[in-house]
Amino acid sequence: MSIKRLPSAFAELERFTEQWCLPTEAERWNMRMATSMLTMREFYEAFSPRLEEAIDYCDKFPLDDVPDDALNLLHLIYSMVMVSMAVEIFGQPLPTDAADAVMDRVGEPVP
Amino acid sequence: MSRWPKPAEGSWTQHYPELGTGPVSFRDSTSPEFYELEREAVFKRAWLNVGRVEDIPRVGSYFTKEIDAARASVIVVKGKDEKIRAFHNVCRHRGNKLVWNDFPNEEVKGACRQFTCKYHAWRYGLDGALNFVQQADEFFDLDKTQYGLTPVQCDIWNGFIFINFDPEPRQSLREFLGPMVTGLDGYPFEKLTERYDFIAHNNSNWKIFADAFQEYYHVPSLHPQQVPTAVRQPNAGFECAHFQIDGPHRLVSTAGERRWLKPPEFMYPIERVTHSGLVGPWRTPETYLPPGLNPGGIEPWGISNFQIFPNLEILIYGGWYLLYRYWPTSHNTHKFEAYTAFHPARTVRERIEHEVAAVVLKEFALQDAGMLGGTQAALETGVVDDFPLNDQEILVRHLHKVVVDWVDEYQEERSPVGVAR
Repeated sequence: MSIKRLPSAFAELERFTEQWCLPTEAERWNMRMATSMLTMREFYEAFSPRLEEAIDYCDKFPLDDVPDDALNLLHLIYSMVMVSMAVEIFGQPLPTDAADAVMDRVGEPVP
Repeated sequence: MSRWPKPAEGSWTQHYPELGTGPVSFRDSTSPEFYELEREAVFKRAWLNVGRVEDIPRVGSYFTKEIDAARASVIVVKGKDEKIRAFHNVCRHRGNKLVWNDFPNEEVKGACRQFTCKYHAWRYGLDGALNFVQQADEFFDLDKTQYGLTPVQCDIWNGFIFINFDPEPRQSLREFLGPMVTGLDGYPFEKLTERYDFIAHNNSNWKIFADAFQEYYHVPSLHPQQVPTAVRQPNAGFECAHFQIDGPHRLVSTAGERRWLKPPEFMYPIERVTHSGLVGPWRTPETYLPPGLNPGGIEPWGISNFQIFPNLEILIYGGWYLLYRYWPTSHNTHKFEAYTAFHPARTVRERIEHEVAAVVLKEFALQDAGMLGGTQAALETGVVDDFPLNDQEILVRHLHKVVVDWVDEYQEERSPVGVAR
């Protein structure tokens, strides 16, 4: 078995970490654009019932001292936010009618 | 019919009679010749916001700004006396670009004790003074005091750094901003330091993108997804509660019940879980809101969007704000800078709320940006040049009028004596 990246309470989400534990918006955006709706819906459906709990778990730690496994979970939460735009709002990876527009996030807080 | 009272004249547009009500030309957004005039008349004369004081927090902190519209590169730096100054990014010796890292056309930021030219190692202080010349005795009567960096006018309003390429600006920054914009005095911009920054290179004239953010008439049709399908009204319109114009600047306020106070079906699941979304975090720390933020006295107040001439927008949601800048790079391209600014997150949950707001902003801004290439190409066909604007689009009308007015004034000043005025 591969190394566990998430807190043990969220073990069933381990299978998504390889693809979705991404620390920057640029990586999450690019992954969303490169992933089928089928694959994103699978992640979304699996994470949805645990999302509130995951936020509560990460929220127990101070922002400047989040342990590695909770940090991975936080990055997974950020990916859930990214994927939810495609799944809940647009039904496709790119926002409807965004055409060839590109907008890069060039600065963001960490984590 | 209208939910919000219009001025006594019957419409916002007629309240400002100089705007007229007829169709509008967008030739100012398609003509290379007009762009050349705009560079001189607008971008070399108006006060331009290039950053915030937090961008250069310490003595020696600096950033450079490439402003194609003024054919200029500028260094903005905090001096030993803590004063913020701006200089043309040009070495006084042989004209080499003074401050850059990997490539001269890329903006940089950093901190230093002095600026050293890569070419012949001339050194300038943070105040622009020429401090060191290599082999000075090889020169002929070189008076170092005459060869400091060329200053650019620079002033600060509420922590926003503005520059002006006119060596003698016609108005001070505060006069230029005028009473409507300075009505924001006291809003705690300096506390909202957690930023998510964006850059986009768009294929339209800068004003065409600014137009997308100064009317909300387009919202129900271009952004229907802002309302979940189950509660979406197919023929919904959008009416703003208050418009105001002050000199070259514009303001629009919207009204409305806070999204999170509506029944849950008006929100997407991700909004309900994270307590954030299209209109930002549901809760923000106590934030002082000056009366000038809502000059129309709208209740319930939604947002106020200040369009500061020529290319700055500050949109305040209450406890957070977003800022847009549109920098032309040619008559039909521009660089778009945007950020969202929040109170620094105190908890992981607050950070997630900010992330959601920043993500949602980009989704819908991309829909606006997606229109640009097609609009620019269609305008450039020149087939049509009389475009009807409605009362909700008063600010679009005003921006194009002001730009044309500034260009006309510039040209009149340059006409032969006896012809103009």
